[in-house]
Amino acid sequence: RRRRRLRVFCQGQQAGPLGGPPARRGAAPWGSMAMNYNAKDEVDGGPQCPPGGPAKNRRPDNTAFKQQRLPAWQPILTAGTVLPTFFIIGLIFIPIGIGIFVTSNNIREIEIDYTGTDPSSPCNKCLSPNATPCYCTINFTLEQSFEGNVFMYYGLSNFYQNHRRYVKSRDDSQLNGDSSALLNPSKECEPYRRNEDKPIAPCGAIANSMFNDTLELFLVGNESYPTPIPLKKKGIAWWTDKNVKFRNPSGGESLKERFKGTTKPVNWVKPVYMLDSEPDNNGFINEDFIVWMRTAALPTFRKLYRLIERKSDLHPTLPAGRYYLNITYNYPVHSFDGRKRMILSTISWMGGKNPFLGIAYIAIGSISFLLGVVLLVINHKYRNSSNTADIT
Amino acid sequence: SHGIAGTWLGEMALCAKKRPPEEERRARANDREYNEKFQYASNCIKTSKYNILTFLPVNLFEQFQEVANTYFLFLLILQLIPQVSSLSWFTTIVPLVLVLAITAVKDATDDYFRHKSDNQVNNRQSQVLIRGSLQQEPWMNVCVGDIIKLENNQFVAADLLLLSSSEPHGLCYIETAELDGETNMKVRQAIPVTSELGDISRLAKFDGEVVCEPPNNKLDRFSGTLYWKESKFPLSNQNMLLRGCVLRNTEWCFGLVVFAGPDTKLMQNSGRTKFKRTSIDRLMNTLVLWIFGFLVCMGVILAIGNAIWEHEVGVRFQAYLPWDEAVDSAFFSGFLSFWSYIIILNTVVPISLYVSVEVIRLGHSYFINWDKKMFCAKKRTPAEARTTTLSEELGQVEYVFSDKTGTLTQNVMAFSKCSVSGRSYGVGDVFDVLGHKAELGERPEPVDFSFNPLADKKFVFWDSSLLEAVKMGDPHAHEFFRLLSLCHTVMSEEKNEGELYYKAQSPDEGALVTAARNFGFVFRSRTPKTITVHEMGTAVTYQLLAILDFNNIRKRMSVIVRNPEGRIRLYCKGADTILLDRLHPSPQELLSTTTDHLNEYAGEGLRTLVLAYKDLDEEYYGGWAQRRLQASLAQDSREDRLASVYEEVESDMVLLGATAIEDKLQQGVPETIALLTLANIKIWVLTGDKQETAVNIGYSCKMLTDDMAEVFIVTGHTVLEVREELRKAREKMLDSPHAVGNGCTCPEKRSSAKLPSVLEAVAGEYALVINGHSLAHALEADMELEFLETACACRAVICCRVTPLQKAQVVELVKKHKKAVTLAIGDGANDVSMIKAAHIGVGISGQEGIQAVLASDYSFSQFKFLQRLLLVHGRWSYLRMCKFLCYFFYKNFAFTMVHFWFGFFCGFSAQTVYDQYFITLYNIVYTSLPVLAMGVFDQDVPEQRSMEYPKLYEPGQLNLLFNKREFFICIAQGIYTSVLMFFIPYGVFAEATRDDGTQLADYQSFAVTVATSLVIVVSVQIGLDTGYWTAINHFFIWGSLAVYFAILFAMHSNGLFDMFPNQFRFVGNAQNTLAQPTVWLTITLTTAVCVMPVVAFRFLKLSLKPDLSDTVRYSQLVRKKQKAQHRCLRRVGRTSSRRSGYAFSHQEGFGELIMSGKNMRLSSLALAGFGARSSSGWLEGLRRKKSDSAGSPSAGPQKPLRG
Repeated sequence: RRRRRLRVFCQGQQAGPLGGPPARRGAAPWGSMAMNYNAKDEVDGGPQCPPGGPAKNRRPDNTAFKQQRLPAWQPILTAGTVLPTFFIIGLIFIPIGIGIFVTSNNIREIEIDYTGTDPSSPCNKCLSPNATPCYCTINFTLEQSFEGNVFMYYGLSNFYQNHRRYVKSRDDSQLNGDSSALLNPSKECEPYRRNEDKPIAPCGAIANSMFNDTLELFLVGNESYPTPIPLKKKGIAWWTDKNVKFRNPSGGESLKERFKGTTKPVNWVKPVYMLDSEPDNNGFINEDFIVWMRTAALPTFRKLYRLIERKSDLHPTLPAGRYYLNITYNYPVHSFDGRKRMILSTISWMGGKNPFLGIAYIAIGSISFLLGVVLLVINHKYRNSSNTADIT
Repeated sequence: SHGIAGTWLGEMALCAKKRPPEEERRARANDREYNEKFQYASNCIKTSKYNILTFLPVNLFEQFQEVANTYFLFLLILQLIPQVSSLSWFTTIVPLVLVLAITAVKDATDDYFRHKSDNQVNNRQSQVLIRGSLQQEPWMNVCVGDIIKLENNQFVAADLLLLSSSEPHGLCYIETAELDGETNMKVRQAIPVTSELGDISRLAKFDGEVVCEPPNNKLDRFSGTLYWKESKFPLSNQNMLLRGCVLRNTEWCFGLVVFAGPDTKLMQNSGRTKFKRTSIDRLMNTLVLWIFGFLVCMGVILAIGNAIWEHEVGVRFQAYLPWDEAVDSAFFSGFLSFWSYIIILNTVVPISLYVSVEVIRLGHSYFINWDKKMFCAKKRTPAEARTTTLSEELGQVEYVFSDKTGTLTQNVMAFSKCSVSGRSYGVGDVFDVLGHKAELGERPEPVDFSFNPLADKKFVFWDSSLLEAVKMGDPHAHEFFRLLSLCHTVMSEEKNEGELYYKAQSPDEGALVTAARNFGFVFRSRTPKTITVHEMGTAVTYQLLAILDFNNIRKRMSVIVRNPEGRIRLYCKGADTILLDRLHPSPQELLSTTTDHLNEYAGEGLRTLVLAYKDLDEEYYGGWAQRRLQASLAQDSREDRLASVYEEVESDMVLLGATAIEDKLQQGVPETIALLTLANIKIWVLTGDKQETAVNIGYSCKMLTDDMAEVFIVTGHTVLEVREELRKAREKMLDSPHAVGNGCTCPEKRSSAKLPSVLEAVAGEYALVINGHSLAHALEADMELEFLETACACRAVICCRVTPLQKAQVVELVKKHKKAVTLAIGDGANDVSMIKAAHIGVGISGQEGIQAVLASDYSFSQFKFLQRLLLVHGRWSYLRMCKFLCYFFYKNFAFTMVHFWFGFFCGFSAQTVYDQYFITLYNIVYTSLPVLAMGVFDQDVPEQRSMEYPKLYEPGQLNLLFNKREFFICIAQGIYTSVLMFFIPYGVFAEATRDDGTQLADYQSFAVTVATSLVIVVSVQIGLDTGYWTAINHFFIWGSLAVYFAILFAMHSNGLFDMFPNQFRFVGNAQNTLAQPTVWLTITLTTAVCVMPVVAFRFLKLSLKPDLSDTVRYSQLVRKKQKAQHRCLRRVGRTSSRRSGYAFSHQEGFGELIMSGKNMRLSSLALAGFGARSSSGWLEGLRRKKSDSAGSPSAGPQKPLRG
C-alpha cells in the first residue's frame, strides 16, 4: 500500500503541464524490432522521480486527426446515385457516338494497295530486287470529290516499328544536332552505328529503314495529258519535332560540311544532307525523315506523306474522276509479307476516319442505359428485402 | 549528433566482447586483477544492434535477407545485360533504393533510441567499494567481484550475492516486479558469516571467492559455493539479489557482484521475442508466390511467342531489323525475351507492397497509441502498440484468453458487507439491467470515520448503522471486529505516529484488517508473542498463544489469544462450507439467517468468510498446547497430525457473523465480455486461482450466467475421469432440447468449413470449468482434440489452477487445431508464456510488474479497452488492410498486364507500352498515396456503430474481406482493366489520324494515352473504394492526378530534352497528344468501360446481398436510427442460489514466520516492548545511525528477541 501511494505521487510529479509536448515513447514503435527487454522500461517502472526530469504528458492529444474523427464525406452507392449515373452516361454517350459516327462517315477516304503481290498489279514487276529503280503506275477512280484539305498517307502493314530493338535503335542526341553524338553515335544504334569506320548519320535501324518510295498523283482530266496534283511536303511533321527534337548539326557553311566525317545509312541511296533541295527541309529536319522517325505503335500504320491543300471554296480539292498514281518503287516489303498502301483522306475535327470510336460510344452508351434499366428493375423488385434488412 | 556518435563508438569499445562459453564462474571479492583473468562481461548492457560504422553493412545485410529485396536486386543485375534489358536501370533501382532507405531510416531511429536508453541505464550511479572506500561509479563500470552498496528503493545494478544488510540476520526485502511480475515483497538473507560484515573496513578485507554456475536465465535457481577462510558455504537463490529488483524496506545492503551486464538473469531472459506474422502476411506471401508463378507463365508464353515470331517473321524482317550479334537463333531470342519479360512484368509484385503494408500498420499503431479513449487517466497510461506488424490481425480474433487477477479484476478487495449476529450491514453496488452501476439518488453517504484518528482515509463503507452499533457498544459488533483485528497474519508498519501501513499477504486479509481498523479496532503492532490493538481508542495487548495457519485443505485460520483479563479465546475465520459444520448448533435461528446472508452475498459475487470464536479454559488449552507441540515434533506425517490437533480445537465454535469482500472487477469488464461475446469472440479465462474464485469471478463478470443451460465442471484426477466427464458434457449438449440458447438468438452464421464438429452448431449456453489437474490430462496428445471440441462448444471456458506453461499449451492447442486467431491478455509474469504463444499478446500496463507488457504486442491499462482495440481498431485495421491489398493487386495487374497484350503486337519483343519514367513512378508516386491514405484512414462505419453492432466484427473472423477468392476477383478485375486499357486505344488508334492529318498511332502518343487512361481509371477506382473521404484523401487523390499531369508535362518539356536528349525522348508529346479530342474521347470511353461493371456489380451486391456494414451505413444515411432493441445484450441480472465457497487466498506458512519473529524489525519489537508508547521517526533514525557507525556485532539491543 505504501508503495502504491509513493508511485502515484511520483507520477504526479512527472506529469507536466497539459499543454506540454507529447513525449516520444521509449519503446520502439516498429514491432519487428521489438525486444523483450528494453532498458528504458527498467527506468519507467521504478519509483525514482528525478526532480529535474523532463516534463511528460502521456495523454494523447484530442485532435480530430489523432482520434480518427476527421470530417469526411462518405459516399454510398445508392439507387438514387447509381441509376441516374448509368442513365446519364447512356444519354451522353449515345449522342456523342452518333456524332462521331456521322462525322467519321462523312470523311472521304480511299486506300490503294500497291505492294504488287497480285500478279495482275502493275507493281508486280517491282517485287524482284533487281528492278531498281522500278516505276509503276496504278489507276484509280474517285467516285466522290474530296473537299477541303486532302491528306496523302503511305501505309505499311506487318512492319514492326514497335519492336524493342527497333524502337531503341536511334540516337536522339545526334538527331538533335549534338556534334559529339554526330561523330560518335550511341551504342543503341548498333549494328547501324558505324560503316566503313565512319559514323553513320543518322544512325540506327529506324533511320536506316526509312521509307523511300516516291508517290505522285495525277488527275486524268479531259485534256490529253494528265494534270499533276500539287503535293506539299512541308507541314506534315509535329512542330515540336521539327523545331525542338530534330536539329541539324551546327557549324559549317553548307549542310554537307556540317555532316562532314559521317557516312550515310547503309540502305540509303543519298546522304542525309541531300534528302531535299530546300535547306529548311533537309538533313535531320527533313519532314519525311521526321515522320518516319516517329515510330508507330502498331505493326500496321499509316504515315502522312503529302498535303494536298484546298485551292478555293468553289472547287473541290480532288474532284471526282480518274486518277493515276506514279510510284517509284524502292522499298521492299515483300520479304516479310508486308503491304504498302497509298491513302487519300479528308479530315474532320476528330481526325481521319474512325468508325471504331463512334460505334464503341454508341455501344457503351446503350449498355449503360440498359444496365440502368436492369438495375432499376432489380432494385425495384428487391428493394423491400434490402432496405429494410434488419440489423442483427 | 556528435555526442551520440561519440557514445556509439565508445560503447562499441566497451560492450563488444566475445567470450567462450563458461563452465563455471569464479569471482573473488575485492580482487579485480584476479577476476580480470576470466574476462567476464562488464556491467555495460547493449540492446542496440548497430553503431555508426557497422550500421550500413549490417543493416543492408539484414535487409537483403528479405526475399523480396534480393529478388529486386536480382532483377537489377538482370537489367545490366543489354540483350535482356527491357527497362532502364533506374526503374528498378529507384524503388529499391527508396525501400531500402526507408527501412534503414526506421532501423536507425529505433537503434538510436535503444542507444539512448542503454546509455541512460549504463550511466546510473552506484556506490562501489574500491580500495576501502565507497565511490560513485556508473553502472557500466561495475565489475564482477566488486562489492557495491545499495540503498533503499534503488535498483539492483547487477546480480549480487547479498553480503550484509541494515536489517537483522542479514535480511533484506526486495520487490521483483520487474523480473517475474510478482508484486509482493520477497525476503533475501545473507549467509550468516557474511551478514556480520556491516562496515566498510571489514568488507574491504573480505576476500571470499564465489564459485557458481555459469550465467543462465533461471530466475528462481542459483547454486554456488562461497570459499572463505578455508571453509565452504553453500549459496542458493535465497542469497541472491538479481538485477532489476528494487530494494525495499531496507536501509542499505552490500552485495558482491557475481553476474554483470549481459550475464545477469534479467538480460539472459530478454531474448528476442519470436517474430509474429499475421495471417494476412502468410496469405500475402502465398499470393506473392502464386503471382510469381503466374509471372513465369506469362514469361514462358511470351518467350514462346517471341521464338515463334522471330522464326516466322523476325527472320525475314532482318533487312530492316537485324538480330543482335549474340543472338543466333529464334530459340535463343525467346530465351532472352523470357528474362526481358520477367523484368517488365515484375511490377505485378511491386517492391512497394511490403513497405506500404508496413507503413499502413505503423499508421494503425499510431492511432492506437493516440486513442484517448484508451488512455487511462488514473494511471496516466495510454494504450501502446508495441508491435506494429499485427494491426489487422486484431480484426480477426476469435478466441480471447484472459488472465483473471489484475486483468479482469483489480486485485483490490473491498470490505463490502457483513453480517453481525444475524443482521446484515452494507449496501452493495446496485446494478441495472445493462450492468451499469445505477446512479441512485437515495444512495447513502459513505460512513464518516473521523472519530477515529487512525482510520484509513481510503476505506469506504456505505452503511453507517454498523458504526452506530459499534459506537453503541454492541458486544457482538465489538467481538466481530476484534476477531478481524486479531485473526490474521498481517504485519504493520508505523513510520510516523498514526500512519499505519499494513503489509498483508493477500489483499483479502488487508481489507478485513483495514475494515476493523476503521471501525475502531486498530491492529497496531505485533511481536511473536503479542498483538497490540487499539480498541476504540485504548491500547489492548493480547498475548498470542498460537496461530493455526491457513492451508488449502483447512480453508480457515485461527488464532488463540489471551486477553489482558487472562481469558483464552480462539478466533477463527474461514470458508463458510467448512466453518458452518464446526459451529455450535445452539442458536439455530442465527445460523439460518447468517446462511441466508451468505447466500445473498455469494449471489452478488462477493467473497465470503464466516467468523466464529470459542472460549477455551486454561486447562484445556494447556493440554491442547502440549498435544500440538508433540504433533509438531513428530517425525512422520507431521502435517496430518497437526491438522487433526487443529481440527480438535476448532469445533463447537460460536458464530459471530460473516464478511463479504468484493473482489473488485476492473471497470467495464462485464460489458466488455458481453460485447465481445456478441462479436462471436470466445473468451476463456485461464487463471492460477482456485476454482471457487474463478467461478465466482466468472459470474460477476457475466461470463457465466444463471441463464446457462449448464456449467460443466471437470475436476477429474485421472485420465479416465476427465475423459468421462468431457464425454458426459458433450452428450448433455447434444441431447439438450433447447439447443438454441435463450436470451440472445443471434444466428450462427459460421461457415461449415471452419467447423469440424456438429457440436459448435449447438449454440447452447454452456460453460466449462476445468481445473489444472484435469487440464494436464486433457492436454495430453490423445485427449486434446476431445477437450478442444468440448470446450469450443461452450460459450465460456474457465481453466483454474493452471500453470503458466499450461496457459501457453491451451493457447497453442486452439491455435493449432482451430486455425483461429487467438489473443491472450494478462498482466503478470505468469501470463508471459501465453502472451508469447498467442497470435496477439496484450499486456495490462500500469500494474506493478511490467513483464507481461514487455512480452506483449499491445498494452493498455484496462481490460475494457480490449473491446475498443478489437472492435474499433482491429476491425478498421482489417478492413483497411484488405481494401488496400485488393486495390494494390488490382492496380498493379491493370498496369502490368497491358504489356502482355502489347506483346502480341510488337513481336513479343518486351517493348514496354509506357514511358520508362511512368513505369518508375507509377507505383511510388502516381498511385501510392491515395491507396495509402485509404489504408490508413478508411472507415466504413463510425466507431460507435461497431460497438453498437458487434456482429460487424464477424467478416474478420471469417476472413471474408481478403482471401484467395477476393484476390482472384481483384486480379480478374485488374486483367479486365488491362484488356480494355490496351484494346480500346488499339481499336481507336489503328487507322486513325490526328486532326492535323498526321499519324495518331505513333508509339509515344499511344503510350501517353494508355498511361493517362490508366492513371485516371485507377484513380476513379480508388475513389470508389475509398469509403471515407477526408481532406487527406481528397488531397492525395486529386494531388496524384495533378502530379501525374505535372510530371508528364515536365518530362515532355523542351528544357529537359535539351539537356538530356537521349533520356527524355518524349519531348512535346504530352501537349501534342493531350490536345487531341480523340485521345480524350478514348480516355473517357476506357474509364467508363472499366468502371461501369464495377459500379453495377457493387450496386447489385448492395441491394441484393448487403453486408451488415453496408446496411449500417445505409441506415445511417437515411437517418433511421436503429433502436437498441437490436442489440442482443444478454440479460445481466441474476438471482443466484450459488454458495460461495471462497476462502482467502494466501499461502500458508506466514504464521510460522510471525511466531518465530524472524521478519520483525527491531523497532517494532522495541515498540511492542514499550507497549502502547509510540515510537517516533527520529528516535528510530538515531538508533539506526548509532548501530551503523558502531558497526559492532556486540551492540546488545540489536539482537533480535527470539520467540
